[in-house]
Amino acid sequence: MRLEVGKIFINDIRFGESTYVENGVLYVNEKELIDLFIEDERIKSAKIELAKPGESIRITPVKDVLEPRVKVSGGGTNFPGVVGNKVKQVGEGRTHVLSGAAVVTVGKIVGFQEGIVDMSGIGADYTPFSKTLNICVVIEPAEGIESHAYEAAAREAGLVVTNFIGEAGRNLEADEIEVFETKGILEQAKMYPDLPRIGYVCMLQSQGLLHDTYVYGVDAKNIIPTLMNPTEFMDGAVISGNCVASCDKIPTYLHQNDPIIEELFEKHGKEINFMGVIITNENVFLADKERCSDGVAKLARLMDLEGVIITEEGYGNPDTDLMMNCKKVEQNGIKTVLVTDEFPGRDGKSESLADAVKEADALVSCGQGNIVITMPPMDKVIGTLEDIETMIGGYDGSMKEDGSIEAEIQIIISATSAFGCNKLTARMH
Amino acid sequence: MVKEIERSGIPVVHIATVVPISLTVGANRIVPAIGIPYPLGNPNLEFKAEKKLRRGLVEKALKALQTEVDGQTVFE
Amino acid sequence: MSKLKVVHYINNFFAGIGGEEKADISPREMQGFVGPGMALDKSLGDEAEVVATVVCGDSYYAENLEKAEADLLDMIKKYDADLFIAGPAFNAGRYGVACGAIAKAVEEKLGIPSVTAMYEENPGVDMFKKDLYIMTTGNSAASMKKAVSKLSAFALKLAKGEKIGTPEDEGYHVRGIRTNYFHEKRGAKRAVEMMIQKANNRPYVTEYEMPDFGNVTPMPAIMDLSDKKVALVTSGGVVPTDNPDRIESSSATKYGIYDISEYDSMPADKFTTIHGGYDRTYALQDINRVVPLDVMRDMEKEGVIGELADYYIATTGTGTSVGNARGFGEEYSKKLLADGVQAVIVTST
Repeated sequence: MRLEVGKIFINDIRFGESTYVENGVLYVNEKELIDLFIEDERIKSAKIELAKPGESIRITPVKDVLEPRVKVSGGGTNFPGVVGNKVKQVGEGRTHVLSGAAVVTVGKIVGFQEGIVDMSGIGADYTPFSKTLNICVVIEPAEGIESHAYEAAAREAGLVVTNFIGEAGRNLEADEIEVFETKGILEQAKMYPDLPRIGYVCMLQSQGLLHDTYVYGVDAKNIIPTLMNPTEFMDGAVISGNCVASCDKIPTYLHQNDPIIEELFEKHGKEINFMGVIITNENVFLADKERCSDGVAKLARLMDLEGVIITEEGYGNPDTDLMMNCKKVEQNGIKTVLVTDEFPGRDGKSESLADAVKEADALVSCGQGNIVITMPPMDKVIGTLEDIETMIGGYDGSMKEDGSIEAEIQIIISATSAFGCNKLTARMH
Repeated sequence: MVKEIERSGIPVVHIATVVPISLTVGANRIVPAIGIPYPLGNPNLEFKAEKKLRRGLVEKALKALQTEVDGQTVFE
Repeated sequence: MSKLKVVHYINNFFAGIGGEEKADISPREMQGFVGPGMALDKSLGDEAEVVATVVCGDSYYAENLEKAEADLLDMIKKYDADLFIAGPAFNAGRYGVACGAIAKAVEEKLGIPSVTAMYEENPGVDMFKKDLYIMTTGNSAASMKKAVSKLSAFALKLAKGEKIGTPEDEGYHVRGIRTNYFHEKRGAKRAVEMMIQKANNRPYVTEYEMPDFGNVTPMPAIMDLSDKKVALVTSGGVVPTDNPDRIESSSATKYGIYDISEYDSMPADKFTTIHGGYDRTYALQDINRVVPLDVMRDMEKEGVIGELADYYIATTGTGTSVGNARGFGEEYSKKLLADGVQAVIVTST
């Protein structure tokens, strides 16, 4: 599959009479966006608020972050198979990206897992989304709504709004165009015969409420490992329905901008032959973990890979999936590099993972999520602070009188996401 | 926690879904549970059947306590 | 500006009192520096001075851990020191352990920054590296000069509250503490670079080595359960509805002990689960799916087990550090024993 990704650089967001882009500024119209989903009975009311890098703004509880994109040609729509979009194959042709902008869904917590994005201060250093121009969709759920319904309503609103905004990029001229291509396996292998054949094993969170991910609209709990072209991710084939623990979360934005895929393509044809992606899930049954890790190893072997990079979403029991994937792939003579984050306790003295295998001898760390920091008060809050102390990373006394928050960095969206999007890491002292 | 209980001198059995974690962290008597959100249950069964399932798992756990082990053992 | 006050700990040998035959001497104090304390004092320069030296025999300390510590702390207290330095102990095992023990006690109980130094094979390193900074040294007093200069340079940094660097930069033994920092390259880039190295059979360095959690000897089997008292413990985060102990949804810093004596089954209106790592829907429908009180109570009535404890113990398993979990287990096991509990079933999600 061959995909041209055209980036339209957005350097400011403002409210306007309608939704369009002019001279690098993205204008959005509040009513237009809200009308897209306000008829949904599950939602009582909503508003749109804007947050820009450097502003004294705290956005919380954050459910997902998405990037506005549009399929200009090649078949299908961005986010295939969800919110009424037809299920069509994506990953080919041309896609435009409103680069620098993001849609953030916000609202009272569904569970404990939503998190914070600070646009300035020390909290901003830990999240990639303090650097994006954020269009916040702030939702108030209907009275007495059941949690699964609320989660779905917020997720769908985010998808629909993001696609609508993405449309503004359809007829624009891209500022920068990059081409990504993955050929059929045999042809791809022959293209760079002297370079090691490397694949990417992407583990998707799939453990239930606020722990789900969707592939072409299919709940990832129900998949068995399968192959994907890297470009399918760029067209929103994989979307997030989870918050896991905020620091670990792979928001839809990061599935669309997968840093491992970006870095693998950087070296593609130069030092490696990037053969493709294997996706798998992280289910709550031991039998599923065994079945899927067997599947991952089998596919890696079928693709005749020499090495795979494996990323994990979440911590705790998915560490077992990670280790099973690693062990079985290595036992098939294929080399592995694991990417994950660590939870060795606030003092850093405990073991960082819940499971371990001796084959895991090459690991990249995205930092430890238990350290406690104090984030200064912000002038404006988009959303609400009332849930901070029950959110993961928060505790009794986290919310200070002056508005500052003392909590583990677990509470910050994508602070330690095991995709390696950040520079945070950990070492032994 | 399981190891500390054992270290203090009380026989202990761990009913857990993610057996590999229980093994890695060092529990000695392990009984595999049903699923992470419902280790001793199954919402797909009707109540009586589910309770019977739960009883069966706890009986297995008690049996594990009554079995000599010389190292880590999973009681399937 | 007045000089920082340092109290120095050494053993019988370095104090010039005697060799092995004097290893049984009890703690004593002397004014100013003694033995290697002179070099230490000089090395500290104008910023600090050794105001007192406390001494203890290596064997005495080993055989009288609590008393030695208590007596020494009493002596050290009064100097109102800014810094405490023990050793260097090089490869002397009992001395190294004593240095580690007293330095740890001074830091924890008197709040004075403490540091010691010893050779990598000294058992004191493994025992105390997580609690203290332990500078590396050669394996004998032949390297005293170097050890002293290293100790004093680092000690001053500690006392002044300056930022401490990596073990490699500063010269202390790796402590086993995972510490965050911002790399110049993002994780994904480092992962691809590591993959290229590994795929080409070139050397690479893992950013985290797999841990060994350690094992414990299994308790012997219980022959007859029908007269035994059994207790339930869970990591599934099941707590009374209002979460009175405010146990966290992840990274728990506490556990709770909750009464179930009046229930034959876990009542959904009295209990809930606050565990953030799994879909709680099913547990909330029937909490017995995580804490199997209903079947345990049946078994108690039928005489399969002698008695079910009046309470169960709970915490949240996800994100909770092994260190914390170990601490909970150690603490509540004492209560379980005191209450005559003879077997425990732990349930985990």
